[in-house]
Amino acid sequence: MLTLGIDIGSTTAKCAVLEDGREFRALTLRDSGVGTDGPQAAFEDALTELGMSRGDIDCVCATGYGRAMWKDADLRASELTCHCLGGVFVFPGLRTLIDVGGQDAKVISIDVGGNMAEFVMNDKCAAGTGRFLDVMAALLHRTVDSFAEAAARSKSPASISNTCTVFAESEVISQLAAGAAVEDVIAGICRSVATRVGSLARRLDVKAPVCMSGGVAKNAAVRAALSEYLHVPVLYDERAQLFGAMGAAIYAAGRRSKE
Amino acid sequence: MEVRKGSSQDPNSAKYKLNQIAAKAYSDAQAAKERGEKVGWCASNFPVELPETLGIPVCYPENQAAGIAARGQGEKLCSIAEDEGYSNDICAYARISLAYAKIKDEPAQNMPMPDFMLCCNNICSCMTKWYENLSKELGIPLIMIDIPFNPDNEVSRDEIEYVKAQFLDAVRQLEEITGKKWSDERFREVMANSCRTSRAWLEATALAAARPSPFNGFDLLNHMAVMVTARGKPEAAEAMELLAKEYRENIENGESTFRAEEKYRIMFEGIACWPWLRVTSTGLKSRGINMVSTIYADAFGFIYDDFDGMIEAYCKVPNAINLETARDKRIRLCNAIGVDGLLVHTNRSCKLWSGFMPEMSRQIGEACDIPVVSFDGDQADPRNFSEAQYDTRVQGLTEIMESRKAGA
Repeated sequence: MLTLGIDIGSTTAKCAVLEDGREFRALTLRDSGVGTDGPQAAFEDALTELGMSRGDIDCVCATGYGRAMWKDADLRASELTCHCLGGVFVFPGLRTLIDVGGQDAKVISIDVGGNMAEFVMNDKCAAGTGRFLDVMAALLHRTVDSFAEAAARSKSPASISNTCTVFAESEVISQLAAGAAVEDVIAGICRSVATRVGSLARRLDVKAPVCMSGGVAKNAAVRAALSEYLHVPVLYDERAQLFGAMGAAIYAAGRRSKE
Repeated sequence: MEVRKGSSQDPNSAKYKLNQIAAKAYSDAQAAKERGEKVGWCASNFPVELPETLGIPVCYPENQAAGIAARGQGEKLCSIAEDEGYSNDICAYARISLAYAKIKDEPAQNMPMPDFMLCCNNICSCMTKWYENLSKELGIPLIMIDIPFNPDNEVSRDEIEYVKAQFLDAVRQLEEITGKKWSDERFREVMANSCRTSRAWLEATALAAARPSPFNGFDLLNHMAVMVTARGKPEAAEAMELLAKEYRENIENGESTFRAEEKYRIMFEGIACWPWLRVTSTGLKSRGINMVSTIYADAFGFIYDDFDGMIEAYCKVPNAINLETARDKRIRLCNAIGVDGLLVHTNRSCKLWSGFMPEMSRQIGEACDIPVVSFDGDQADPRNFSEAQYDTRVQGLTEIMESRKAGA
């Protein structure tokens, strides 16, 4: 049995193909999300990689903000459940998952059986999300991917507000104008995201093991700051950005096996 | 066209009668104004028994603001208030009301301009400044009743005396403003009506304990208008008794106004998200979730035996009591009615209510062993709500409830 999960986010589209609920055969990602051709491209990439067509897939589950728009879905599940399933697949025994995507942040408590027990999400604000990092990267004429390496060189991270992206933007400009080193400003930006997300996480009972998923998880500086803020190690896997799609494929496999 | 029995078009239905009473509250006030009578604007948890006993027509700015927001005009009026310098951080009901006082005409819900203001701070802290501003801008008297937040578990004799002196002074001021006279006999009639209406209302809401519930909980949000504006009137008591009767009949006949299979039952916490009522309602109904309980509805059921009892009832409204007492009320409701989850509206307008909810809802979730999920929104400003965010949270809640049922 082959099941496919497609995670259509605000800035990226991801696909995962799972065989018999056990082994992932394809993982694809495109850097364009809802409302673009990214989801279709990620979907076709996965099928091409396997040399298969849609007819070979037993069940497709869509997740992410664009899940309702993917007409070819057999199932739809929230990205909350899917990230939880993906995280538990990669880290068995996982108890807390922190997902930070392009436009939202979510913290999920997982019970001992691997089920989502409760969750909290960010409010209508870009601070503490991937968008915050995108805005800062554009301001600094750098890529978000370069942030971790720059932050690692920081000796004295700058203090950057996590209340509002626009306020933080003007703070960054002020810090640079006052002569702060770019790496210190970047480290401050990463800490700003981490403390905002960490504060969200503290609303729940953060139990270890903790892992991070979503695009922002790739940023080692954010992970390190989050670990420091929560006083727990934050686990990371290179597939972190794909946990939603992987979880959707797992969800589909679970549903099909019950039928 | 055939009119479905029990629908809002059926003149014998409770729904029709309640809609008529809610509409009549506005038209009666307008007619009184045109006759030259003094008309007041009144806070929703002000003791309505006082103006009702005196025969003084009053209108309810909170009810008006909810109506304006539900009919899609909230943003327009909020923006007018913001143009006047009011922050978009303050309550959207306040902004809509302050804007209405300026433009004096909003077809979505008009009401006569006031000759005096009646404020009581037992439900809201923003309201004191909102009403003061209206009083100053319109140059009209403000009667302010202070019912302190109660950190204790019971209402003390001292608190009753403190509030009683204010109630009596409010009566004296109202007599002076309107020339009308207080009658103890009339008060007893109003008290009887108010208690009768409240009893029927609380009975109707408690019938949600039946499975499936005989009604869609969103019905309560509409019927509440009568509890706010007309609970002291005999026709309100009759309509509420009819509502309870209809719900009992629904239980007997296995029927419900919730037009879907009731897979899950939840408590909804907070004021309705009026500008997005259909979206919030559909997001639940499409997943088989019936909102069977809300403290917001029960907040307007006042039962007492005499003047002091009335004061005690107004000292015990949900936003004036300590966290533990407020929590226990909700836990009792959750347990009595039986719910699978709690959905919390983090209402940008209501700092007081939303401020204590994260901790209170955590405690309720633990005590009742139910999942708790919150979403951001606003009672009247549509800009503070995201449909996609709401949908994800409700779907997440559904998936947790589904997983729990499967594992049960």
